[in-house]
Amino acid sequence: MEDPVLNPVVPTPTIESQGVAPAAEPGIILEARNLVAGFDGKDVVKNVSLGVPAGRITAVMGPSGCGKTTFMRCINRMHELASNAHVHGQVLLDGEDVYRLNPILLRRRIGMVFQRPNPFPTMSIYDNVVAGYNLNGARMPRVERDRIVEETLRRVALWDEVKVSLYRRGTFLSGGQQQRLCIARAMAMKPEIILLDEPTSALDPKATAAIEELVVSLKGVVTIIQVTHNIPQAARISDFTAFIHLGELVEFGPTRTLFTVPKDKRTEEYLSGKFG
Amino acid sequence: MSAMDTTHDAAPAARKARGALDAGVRARLRGDLAFRVLMLALSFIAIVPLGLILVYIIVRGASSINWQFLTELPKPIGESGGGISNAIVGTFILIAIASVISIPLGMLAGIFLSEQSKSRLGTVARLSVETLMGIPSIVLGIVAYSWLVRPLGHFSAISGGVALSMIMLPVITLATEETLLMIPVTLREAALALGASYPATILRIIVPSGMSGLVTGILLAVARGAGETAPLLFTAFGSPFMAVNISKPMESLPHTIFYYATSPYPEWQSLAWGASFVLLVVILALNIVTKLVTSRWKIQY
Repeated sequence: MEDPVLNPVVPTPTIESQGVAPAAEPGIILEARNLVAGFDGKDVVKNVSLGVPAGRITAVMGPSGCGKTTFMRCINRMHELASNAHVHGQVLLDGEDVYRLNPILLRRRIGMVFQRPNPFPTMSIYDNVVAGYNLNGARMPRVERDRIVEETLRRVALWDEVKVSLYRRGTFLSGGQQQRLCIARAMAMKPEIILLDEPTSALDPKATAAIEELVVSLKGVVTIIQVTHNIPQAARISDFTAFIHLGELVEFGPTRTLFTVPKDKRTEEYLSGKFG
Repeated sequence: MSAMDTTHDAAPAARKARGALDAGVRARLRGDLAFRVLMLALSFIAIVPLGLILVYIIVRGASSINWQFLTELPKPIGESGGGISNAIVGTFILIAIASVISIPLGMLAGIFLSEQSKSRLGTVARLSVETLMGIPSIVLGIVAYSWLVRPLGHFSAISGGVALSMIMLPVITLATEETLLMIPVTLREAALALGASYPATILRIIVPSGMSGLVTGILLAVARGAGETAPLLFTAFGSPFMAVNISKPMESLPHTIFYYATSPYPEWQSLAWGASFVLLVVILALNIVTKLVTSRWKIQY
């Protein structure tokens, strides 16, 4: 029972967040309507409709290859970058169809963190944090930049570890630190939503616990959608869970309800380890 | 040991089997050794002539190197001394002209190929570049001759630079393409997911990440262009004077070597050896810089 993966040093948000009382029902910030997506004419995501509550952590879980990552990449329109990709249906961000927005502007509002830490290898830690501004050609005074860097690095609990080496390359950091730097890079843009694509799958248990703690601490600041195939992780950190199997949304609801009294037989089987 | 012996005594059949196995292993070890010796011998045969060429150029060439040789112009026949400063300057100007043309074009083409390798234009472009790579340099010289020398009516450094740029272009293009294809796709996704535009992603993330490979490709192309003679024979032609006007004929190191080495005068022939030595040093230096760039600027992802 001392396994740090199962029992991380995370202020497990059981009471307050998994909501004895989601007293004021959170508003829906993002809604997928009949979303169908795939590659080469073959659907990977099949008719998914889902409303993501604002300011909360929503886990998207399911076995490998079930389409959860593809679903998430439709949200910030990264899916369509593949030349053989197709997508139908709607994704509404604050009621606006993201497929009518400019993808570049959309992606500034929806940040993304990937499976493997991928800080920009040519940039210092400092430049990695403000990379989103630099790449978009934003002009701002040095003081302002410094402020964003410090604020964001403090927010991801990396400041004390890197404040003496801000101008060293981001790739000198450990894997867990790199991933926190990538979260900082996304958070620096002050996005409305941040998408985490199995952000701990390449990390050791200790770094995983640190990321989980960080994700929970970001709740309220930003809406988080996290893809995971790690069932205990979804249970630990999320407020709402969507279970996707073979491209279909099987069940979606408050994490506590879904884990304790699943409505669908497939959810129950997945949670008890019968497949996946 | 005694325990082992007992085991052997206890199982003579096993020992026999192991003996057969040992014989097999010994035969394989002999095979290994033979292959190693063969490999060493063949690499030695391959390296010796190269080493001899280097030694020969150094021995014959280094003796004619001195300050005067590097800074003076060639002297008429009958006078001793004289140098190849015009050829050294000329080679640098020709390479500069060729670089100005081929580096931007080659890098852009390489970026295009790495991005659009599967498109129809990409396929055609790659085939063209690979073909260009294989065209003998003298043929590219004729092309530059008919493009520039004939219409302008005289030999010029600019036509020589164009001919050299056609030699450098495919080297740079293919090096750029290969380098950029090795950049992990996750970096591109990270940039795009931050809302970076496509040009910003390419120019500010992908290209800088592959900088060591790009510089390597450029330096190799320069080294290749610096040593070309054939295309310069009927483009830049050659000049016994210090020429810096790029619309006039210009001397180059390979041309100096060609011209002096085939002359009947021993003084000129020793000048040719000296020029060979200088060219060798330039190309060696470029290759060493290339190696340093590759190892020092290596980016880890």
